[in-house]
Amino acid sequence: MSATVPLVDPNPPARLPAPPIDVERVRQDFPLLHQRVRGKPLVYLDNAATSQKPQSVIDAVTRFYTSENANIHRGVHYLSERATDAYDQVREKVARFLNARSSREIIFTRGTTEGINLVAQSYGRPALKPGDDIVITAMEHHSNIVPWQLVCEQTGSRLRAAPFNDAGELDVDAFEQLLTDRTRLVSVVHVSNALGTVNPVKRLIALAHDRGIPVLLDGAQSAPHLGVDVQELDCDFFAFSGHKLFGPTGVGVLFGRESLLEQMPPYQGGGDMIATVTLERSTWAPLPAKFEAGTPMIAQVMGLGAALDYVMDLGFERISSWEHQLLSYATERVIGVEGLKLIGTAAHKASILGFTLKGVHPHDIGAILDDSGVAIRAGHHCAQPVMRHFGIPATARASFAFYNTRDEADILADALMQVRRMFR
Amino acid sequence: MGSLSSLYQDMILDHNRSPQNYGRLENANRRVEGHNPLCGDQLTVWLRMDGERIEDAAFEGSGCAISTASASLMTGAVKGKSRLEAEALFEQFRRLVTGVLTPGEAETMGKLAVFSGVSEYPVRVKCASLSWHALKAALEGPDTVVSTE
Repeated sequence: MSATVPLVDPNPPARLPAPPIDVERVRQDFPLLHQRVRGKPLVYLDNAATSQKPQSVIDAVTRFYTSENANIHRGVHYLSERATDAYDQVREKVARFLNARSSREIIFTRGTTEGINLVAQSYGRPALKPGDDIVITAMEHHSNIVPWQLVCEQTGSRLRAAPFNDAGELDVDAFEQLLTDRTRLVSVVHVSNALGTVNPVKRLIALAHDRGIPVLLDGAQSAPHLGVDVQELDCDFFAFSGHKLFGPTGVGVLFGRESLLEQMPPYQGGGDMIATVTLERSTWAPLPAKFEAGTPMIAQVMGLGAALDYVMDLGFERISSWEHQLLSYATERVIGVEGLKLIGTAAHKASILGFTLKGVHPHDIGAILDDSGVAIRAGHHCAQPVMRHFGIPATARASFAFYNTRDEADILADALMQVRRMFR
Repeated sequence: MGSLSSLYQDMILDHNRSPQNYGRLENANRRVEGHNPLCGDQLTVWLRMDGERIEDAAFEGSGCAISTASASLMTGAVKGKSRLEAEALFEQFRRLVTGVLTPGEAETMGKLAVFSGVSEYPVRVKCASLSWHALKAALEGPDTVVSTE
């Protein structure tokens, strides 16, 4: 056998980039985008609040209620078996989406908020003793602050927050210094909803793991924009919401490392999460059912499955690349508006363009943009500590998805010029 | 942009740019903080009451143009009025911004009538009313906090 030709080229050519997204074709899949608002074509730039749904997601939910509806995990009849099977298949799909080791690590929740509360109560509460610490960052959404404050009150432990600089970048050294032998858990946002900062989570996780501390990632804003690989990140928990990922409201996912989920008590009690029940005591069902008490959001899970199919088919390489171009282009366009100040200028950002306009309250910016058909968010974005850092009550925030266009970024910039003219 | 210009009338933009009666009121004997948790608007209203009469009124805070202009015009409108007159004006203003006041009635409100466009934007009613709610609380007693929620 000749050994001259290696089976695998040791120096493969650089991988070809994925072909760019055909935005106009993709937009055809989203019926809501093709409407007029206040007489103007809708420019939907509030994707960080919630995303729009492709027809395939709408169809999946409709099909379920039209011809597949049944409760799961209990019926012996045909429809129940089919619904159970379809529900379990979506769990497998989520496991592939996150590259989890097993679908036993995938818990369906109501959304990111419920996932974080589940970890706070089922992991945090039993583990925390008076004087113990939980470490977060100062750029968290309220949903990654308040659940920890509740558990701190219940256990006498302390919540500590790592600061960030004026660009919106986390102070990693300060973060590291907060990690002590009293730190029981780290919970950080992957992508900040107010600033757009992509945090260096791999490094944060490595720092925490060096000290044996598990890490939860709030993935509400990262799952829709970056490809997430929980094994590569090596995170212990990862929570995201379906509705920000082009799926239905009312469904989300908590990934948890199996060894941790195994040792955690149930979050809620009810049907479906038990092995046996007597009037004296009960034993728990194996993972993941232990954490899914009661009839779950079956139709929404079907919709989430269709949403995952949609984004995996498009591919995160293409999604991230297009959104990055859009964000750069939109940023360039809007910084030309007199008195506009970007809030969130981290070197590594995703999809979010936060700003203030001198002499104009963000609420007024939002109202005037709305009159041009442009939907943005104005307010504190459930991140009041972030607003306090910059000494402002609120920001205006445009947030992009892969179905947004350069033209829409132009309309945003033009509408901001109109605001500027009105508020001379 | 017909309705947008009816919301952001020049007088509102002017009062937003240069609010009147802005800043802490010396010798005030009533002080109320108002919050709109929905948008983070926050303002303080001060009154100097001489018995049942509002001798002077002022405000300070951060808010949108509608809320700032409304506080500016409100403080101007209630100066010199009795408590009962101011409360009646609040009721009239509330009806104006919720769109149940007739145009004829609105005309009797003077400058305050510029807020008639608010009725087309239900989410902005709270912006326009925040300082008025604070006023009402201030008339009822000193040092309280009110919220639009």
